[in-house]
Amino acid sequence: MSKLEVIQAPERTHDAEELLRINAPLVTEWLVEFLRDEMIRRRGFYRAVVGLSGGVDSSVTAFLCARALGAENVWGIRMPYRTSSTESLEHAQLVIDQLGIHSRTIDITPAVDGYLQYEPDADGRRRGNVMARMRMIVLFDLSAKLNALPVGTGNKTERLFGYFTWHADDSPPINPLGDLFKTQVWQLARYLGVPEVIVSKPASADLIVGQTDEDDLGISYHLADQILYFLLRGYRVEQIEEMGYPREKILLVKARLESTHWKRHLPTTAMLSTTSINDYYLRPVDY
Amino acid sequence: MKIRVVAVQFKPRKGDVEHNLDRVAEILRQIVEDGVPADVVVFPETITSGYFLEGGVREAARTREQILEALVKRYLPFARPEPLDVVLGFYEVWHGKYYNSALYLTLSAQSESCRTVHTHRKFFLPTYGVFQEKRFVARGRNIEVFPTRFGPATVLICEDVWHSITRAIAALKGAEVFYVIAASPGRGFHGESVGNAMKWQQLLCNMAEEHGVWVVNASLVGFEGGKGFVGNSMVVNPFGQVVVSAPLMREAMITATIDTEEIAIARANAPLLADLEAGLADLLIEMQEIAAEQHARHRQ
Repeated sequence: MSKLEVIQAPERTHDAEELLRINAPLVTEWLVEFLRDEMIRRRGFYRAVVGLSGGVDSSVTAFLCARALGAENVWGIRMPYRTSSTESLEHAQLVIDQLGIHSRTIDITPAVDGYLQYEPDADGRRRGNVMARMRMIVLFDLSAKLNALPVGTGNKTERLFGYFTWHADDSPPINPLGDLFKTQVWQLARYLGVPEVIVSKPASADLIVGQTDEDDLGISYHLADQILYFLLRGYRVEQIEEMGYPREKILLVKARLESTHWKRHLPTTAMLSTTSINDYYLRPVDY
Repeated sequence: MKIRVVAVQFKPRKGDVEHNLDRVAEILRQIVEDGVPADVVVFPETITSGYFLEGGVREAARTREQILEALVKRYLPFARPEPLDVVLGFYEVWHGKYYNSALYLTLSAQSESCRTVHTHRKFFLPTYGVFQEKRFVARGRNIEVFPTRFGPATVLICEDVWHSITRAIAALKGAEVFYVIAASPGRGFHGESVGNAMKWQQLLCNMAEEHGVWVVNASLVGFEGGKGFVGNSMVVNPFGQVVVSAPLMREAMITATIDTEEIAIARANAPLLADLEAGLADLLIEMQEIAAEQHARHRQ
């Protein structure tokens, strides 16, 4: 008698690159609806202001806002500091020109230096935080002037890493990209037609000359996003290691993730009653 | 029996019950005045307030009598001569507790003929991830089938139909039409459509085909605090085929004429419900054994 053919299940691969793939046209449709619904229907704002850094996140945000609200209702605000790279300014201008949105350039140097003259020894981190907060002062003030809503640009990877200034980059009331990993923002950017020079350059907070995100974080976004994908689902370090990811990188991502939960929350308030806000008295943001 | 059904998906204004009831009435007016073919009009889960209310349930909950009265008052000025049945979801206060409920109402040109036919209180309350229902509302205790002008029907809410046993109970009790109202926030964006929208379609088609029943689904749309409800309401025939569906995200209404005579044909082709009925006594014993064993295990 002939032996039966044995058909084995394929080895389980953890192709996170594949798992992180998004249907960019569908995501675009969803986020455009999100912006219209959350801005116009819920909040009554027809205009948006977006801080344009020349990077991919703010570029994608501007592209989405232009689709959702019309280019004539979007203001791209460039807010350079004296150490910001001229390339950042040029790239932001590419987005403004391509979309035909309004633009404004506010040099934040005098405002930032006006404070820092009293703290001349402030290190790079503190200076970066002052710049980030100053940019939000500008963005929120211009939003009041223009009767517009500031739209946030932070992506999921930087939120999970705590790689932002608390109550600065994260402060705009709505954010279309906050649940997309950096590598997913790149996919969306290519679909939307963001200039390739912006999508393919190394991501940078541009707070210090020559700075890149991947140097700061000690890991590439491709690798970080894949490890985060599994950590967020509850896989243990050993399981992720078995999939072929380097242990030291997994531990690095895990440490950043676990040391920054506080940055993803509102300030801690001492609870004294059974009507403590957000503990007992629970009402959603749009109620 | 032919039933002209309409499933409506619109974006409620958060927590504003009066406004949302106005909107329900406005849509009924459109149906009456434009002659949209309709015997039963189905609105989504929590259409009177929006879904994610947290503690706001306390302010948005109404009694079923209040909902009926509010709708009758709004409906009478443009009422049509023949009755119009309405299914809608709302947060309910009933006997000192809050529920996520659905009403099946008959509206009529005479206010004394307007009545509540049936109330369903959500049996399975999702409380995981983004969902927090058990924290804010109590659980219903029944899966019921009730007579309508068009034959026996059931109303189920969202997670109620994610459990095969709930669907089976309603089918065994004789429901021919399943009115399924839902609020499903979109997640999963790597496939052809939104992940949970695809899952819902699969679920509705499977239940229609398994039991040989018509399924009329109305599903919420609109963003609530960044969470977007998918919509994609649909009508599925007893062969498990979608006969009409609404778009993702956008407000719309869909119409279909459903023919309950097709139920017999579908069940003759695939007599799964009859097989289930035949095996019911044994299954019941199996279930009792499981319940007894689980009960005992927790004593340890």
